[in-house]
Amino acid sequence: MNIVVCIKQVPDTTDVKINPETNTLIREGVASIINPFDAYALEEAVRLKEKFGGTVSVMSMGPPQAEASLRDAVALGADDAYLLSDRAFAGSDTLATSYTLAAGVRKLGGVDVILMGRQAIDGDTGQTGPSTAENLGCPQLTDIRKIESVEADGSIVLQRVLEEGYVRIKVKPPVVITVVKEINEPRLPSLRGKMNAKKKEIVTWTAADLEVDSKRLGLTGSPTQVVKIFTPPKPSGGTIFEGSVTENVKDLIAELKAAGVILGAGKGE
Amino acid sequence: MSSSIKVILDKCIGCGLCVRACPFAAVTLVDKKAVINENCTFCGACVDACKKYQAIVITRLTFEAHDLSAYKGIAVFAEHRNGKLASVVPEIIGAGMSLKASLNVPLTAVLVGANVKPIAGELLEYGVDEVWMRDDQAIGDFAEDVQTDVVYRILREKKPEIFLGGGTIMGRSLLPRVASRTRTGLTADCTELEIDPDTRFLKQTRPAFGGNIMATILCQNHRPQMATVRHKVMKAAPKTGNKGGKIVDMNHIPVPEPGYEVLEFVEEKSDTVNIVEADFIVSGGRGVKDPKNFALLQELAREIGAALGASRAAVDSGWIPYSHQVGQTGKTVNPKIYIACGISGAIQHLAGMKSSDIIIAINSDRTAPIFDVAHFGIVGDLFEVVPEIIKRIKG
Repeated sequence: MNIVVCIKQVPDTTDVKINPETNTLIREGVASIINPFDAYALEEAVRLKEKFGGTVSVMSMGPPQAEASLRDAVALGADDAYLLSDRAFAGSDTLATSYTLAAGVRKLGGVDVILMGRQAIDGDTGQTGPSTAENLGCPQLTDIRKIESVEADGSIVLQRVLEEGYVRIKVKPPVVITVVKEINEPRLPSLRGKMNAKKKEIVTWTAADLEVDSKRLGLTGSPTQVVKIFTPPKPSGGTIFEGSVTENVKDLIAELKAAGVILGAGKGE
Repeated sequence: MSSSIKVILDKCIGCGLCVRACPFAAVTLVDKKAVINENCTFCGACVDACKKYQAIVITRLTFEAHDLSAYKGIAVFAEHRNGKLASVVPEIIGAGMSLKASLNVPLTAVLVGANVKPIAGELLEYGVDEVWMRDDQAIGDFAEDVQTDVVYRILREKKPEIFLGGGTIMGRSLLPRVASRTRTGLTADCTELEIDPDTRFLKQTRPAFGGNIMATILCQNHRPQMATVRHKVMKAAPKTGNKGGKIVDMNHIPVPEPGYEVLEFVEEKSDTVNIVEADFIVSGGRGVKDPKNFALLQELAREIGAALGASRAAVDSGWIPYSHQVGQTGKTVNPKIYIACGISGAIQHLAGMKSSDIIIAINSDRTAPIFDVAHFGIVGDLFEVVPEIIKRIKG
């Protein structure tokens, strides 16, 4: 089974702090990591390869420094790494990103499964998976929590999370699969993986290397434009009780009542 | 040739306002002049910050001029399963109603599925003007790819200027695919939608970076303007009875073969798990200390009819299953009341619950960030505070 995992390099948001004066994110010195959801996708790909053979390639669209995340992915078990990087890709929204990624997957050729995380933790859109599938003309199955089995004919049986349960689905590759965190527990890089990552050649493809229409790339190929960015209004200071336990609870319940809320009123509904 | 961003060196005074305004760390000062690096996404935050000096210019190139006048009206995706309308749909209709008031155009629901006529009737009671319905036995509830194609064809024929769907698992999978096929823009998980009175464009506002910043997004040159809408944010339209709305059969739209086989649906319904739909949530974090102690939160939850949530710390410690996790890598919730017990309030947790109507924090650490977003807070040991609350409720 030939798998490509599409990853995104994102800031490690556990480090993100807000500058209280300017109300903007402080990103200096913030480490870049593989989008955590993509790390689950990568782990799942490596497990599938261990069971069924084949290759795991990892691909990212981004600036040259995204190479570091691709090396991390090699350390975690990817066989090959591809960076789609070109100034013409800058400013891509999810439509242009998916178009570009799909062109990369096509150039790679012979791919059975395209795995991704359900969303990136910086943009939080979750649109790149479905949109890449559309560009590749294959089905997508999002929010997958378990790959149950791979049948003799190559069909994959998996579990897709829904709000009120899950649905079991059987699909024939090629297919785009996006995963939720529940699917596995990613491993740490092995020493051998780290050695591999150091010397691995990261293949870089520019727009000229891909079969693409330049009108559909980057900002030009992006129908959506961000016209304003602002920090959400800070909640005005709440009421904090710091007295004794009984007083605190009494005060809280009184304040809630004043706000029109009676705890326990909805009981048994 | 692509779009470009340029610093006019004569005008730049090196004040650094743009550096601080940039959410992507794409501007640096070199020899007291702004330099834009490859992180730039052309978002325009620096241009706004430099209003005074006008030293940064973005040129956006658009190749195709589309005829947008053919597109009219607002359509919403009427997601449903097992004969029941998704609970987000009345909310999208509510959002659509206020857009309709600004634009003075019809509001329509797009309904595809098997035996969906009763649902069409229900949609009319919510006050939509029309339901574009494709009712066919071959359209399964879980055959999302089939539904995608039918919805795409309906939109292509009917040409609404705006198409909205729920920010549900299905909505956030189906709409991207429809948008991609139509080659139009889509904004994910919007929390605010309004019409620009001058241009009639749909202003779509959504949180990014785990809710730390908000972005307003336009889709100026492509139609329909598409958005998914975050659940439990918009005010649901009330059922006011059908006031002359009608069902339009779209039976001429072909139904394609499904691309995969649905084996079975397994329902996992439990009141304490369904945190996404819950109006009340009691949630526990690291301060709960032990899986056994969740029984105490469970008891409070039972007393007030709440679902049980948890922070990532509690889930990663194995105290409670992932399905309860609230936050960036878990679920986003919008209850009327969120009671955070022993949760410090890491940014990723806040991202998943910040928009709750009332947040009550119980934590022994007065400096915990959870108190910054809490409407009410009690500084104290949750093992004393929670039993006291239960006692008072039981009265």
